[in-house]
Amino acid sequence: MMKKLFVPLALITAAMFAYAPIAIANVAYQSTMLLVQKIFYFHFATWMAMTAAIAVSGVASLIYLFKGSKLADWYGVASAELVVVFGLFGLFSGSLWGRKAWGVWWQWDARVTMATMLVLVFLGYLMVRKYGGPGSEKLAAAMGIFGAATSPFVYKSVDWWRTIHPQTSVVRQLSDTFPDAWYLVLYCTAAFLLLTVLLLTARVRLEAMRSELDRMYLAAED
Amino acid sequence: MMDFADVRLVDVSRHFGRRRAVSHVSFDARSGDIIGLLGPNGAGKSTLLGMLATLVAPTAGTVTYGGQPARALGAPLRGSIGLLAHELYLYPELTARQNLEFFASLYGLDTGRVVPAALESAGLADRADDEVAGFSRGMRQRLALERALLHQPRLVLMDEPFTGLDDAATATVRARLQSLTAAGAIVVLATHDLDLADGLVTRVAIMHGGRLVADEPAGTGLRARYRSLVGN
Amino acid sequence: MPGFFAVALLVLKKDLAIEAKSREIAYTTLFFAVSCVMIFSFAFVMEDGVPVDGAAAGILWIAVAFSGTLALGRTFERERYSETLRALLLAPASRPAVYAGKLLGMILMMVATEIILTPMVAFFFHAPFFARPLLLVALLGLGTIGFAAVGTLFAAMLVRTRTRDVLLPILLYPVTIPVIIAGVRGTAALLQSPPEAPVATLWIGLLTAFDVVFLTLALWTFEPLMTE
Repeated sequence: MMKKLFVPLALITAAMFAYAPIAIANVAYQSTMLLVQKIFYFHFATWMAMTAAIAVSGVASLIYLFKGSKLADWYGVASAELVVVFGLFGLFSGSLWGRKAWGVWWQWDARVTMATMLVLVFLGYLMVRKYGGPGSEKLAAAMGIFGAATSPFVYKSVDWWRTIHPQTSVVRQLSDTFPDAWYLVLYCTAAFLLLTVLLLTARVRLEAMRSELDRMYLAAED
Repeated sequence: MMDFADVRLVDVSRHFGRRRAVSHVSFDARSGDIIGLLGPNGAGKSTLLGMLATLVAPTAGTVTYGGQPARALGAPLRGSIGLLAHELYLYPELTARQNLEFFASLYGLDTGRVVPAALESAGLADRADDEVAGFSRGMRQRLALERALLHQPRLVLMDEPFTGLDDAATATVRARLQSLTAAGAIVVLATHDLDLADGLVTRVAIMHGGRLVADEPAGTGLRARYRSLVGN
Repeated sequence: MPGFFAVALLVLKKDLAIEAKSREIAYTTLFFAVSCVMIFSFAFVMEDGVPVDGAAAGILWIAVAFSGTLALGRTFERERYSETLRALLLAPASRPAVYAGKLLGMILMMVATEIILTPMVAFFFHAPFFARPLLLVALLGLGTIGFAAVGTLFAAMLVRTRTRDVLLPILLYPVTIPVIIAGVRGTAALLQSPPEAPVATLWIGLLTAFDVVFLTLALWTFEPLMTE
């Protein structure tokens, strides 16, 4: 089913991303930060995509560990990679934004810190997969499950850490004032989520082909 | 504790990535058999023993015990399997007695009865309270053998059990295995010592490159047969 | 067949018996923890001999985490030596019970370290750790359980991996970040004058939730992870 939908979805996604800059340019300025604030539309959407990828990785890892489904394992690694990709993109865009808005490249803002830590968790997933030797898919699955399970705790603990000793953060002010641009936020999020689905599909296909290659290699020996 | 009359492997394979450790192996092992699993290093003997012990899952094929797969039988099945592996599974920091008592308790056995008998059998009664770290290879081997047989398993799996043993000890082990099978156990013995296998085993299974290249009752001329199949 | 707790206690007693003979892990872990604290002192005590404000809580938890990781590695190295972990898995005992036994041993080891480290850090950094002792014990105890629960599972699953020594911290630290944050912030709250008990209690709540979730996950995933 995905094969037939892939090209149309790719076209839709491409179109959405093509239109996005236009939409973003045309939406009203949301704050005193004017133009720079508009990074937010992609930045927030990236975060949504990353969260979705974390959930997929966690569930897929669970299925792989208990059912041994290879397809689940492929989804696990594909989504783990996307967590890292979207996470890094989010950190990068956030850093650019921060530099312009606050004058510093890095801020120990709750969400930035949280995103960094979750990227680390899933980088760990990729590390164990690469350097764990034979059978590392299972070890990585454990990391996927535990990584996804720890995400809400990371969220809460970092949140409390940064808010119990409060600190003025422009981000929070913006959250209160975006009703006007709500639709644009949804639009960009939808575009990113579609992109996530596409990338997942492509990556899973790559793993499927690798597995097929291994299978043929083994069969050739028979 | 369960009593099954046979262990059956049907088209069992195990690969690690692209490396085939065991390839399409099928055989039957019945109560009273002493199966000699022969083959050069790297032939897949240890992996096969691991699969029989339920420690390694096959990537293809089935392993059944009295017709049932390991998953259906659960933990009690493990109480009927004894494995003497190459690594011996002994805690070097503990004494011989402590090692046996630990494993006996783990298997739910009466340590007061079982441990002294095992120490006696291993010829280690006078060294019972010495740390295993100070034992010679032969002593460790004897202790490990007793540890593997403490719970009188139905399926006895052995990987090179005669390593480090002198003639007297070897003879004792041979007699032990024969009495086990007389009582209904199934013994699978992996070794590359053909002379020891000759005369002890009732069936010969020869592995080479992960495959089973021969599976026949033990007869004469084992060495010649082995050479013809495996080369030298 | 022995039940769950019987098996766990058997494994624990066995580990204690081994440790009692050489005390190798205990001594090396404790010494390492103490060295950690000394090294951090050089970093965090300023020229005038006054430690950086609030450093004490962080130093305590980092020393606990680092020495805990070391102890994890050493404990499972012992099981790897004669592949005795395989023998444990081969027994008809419940696999989660084997995990529980290992976990108990790990918790005892970390608690022993904390008993030495906490007064030591309090002493060197003039930090009033014992103003609210019950809350401190709750923080350390719950944090230890959470860290050890995840650590024991990861160390066990890595036991046959060639690169286990470097992979363990890479995998363990990110997942246990909430424990470190909660531990440090909670302890720091207790070091304020007056001690901020409600804040500490909040963090204790988070640690409790973490422990429940991750103990359950570990018990549940131990068996599939340990079979090849």
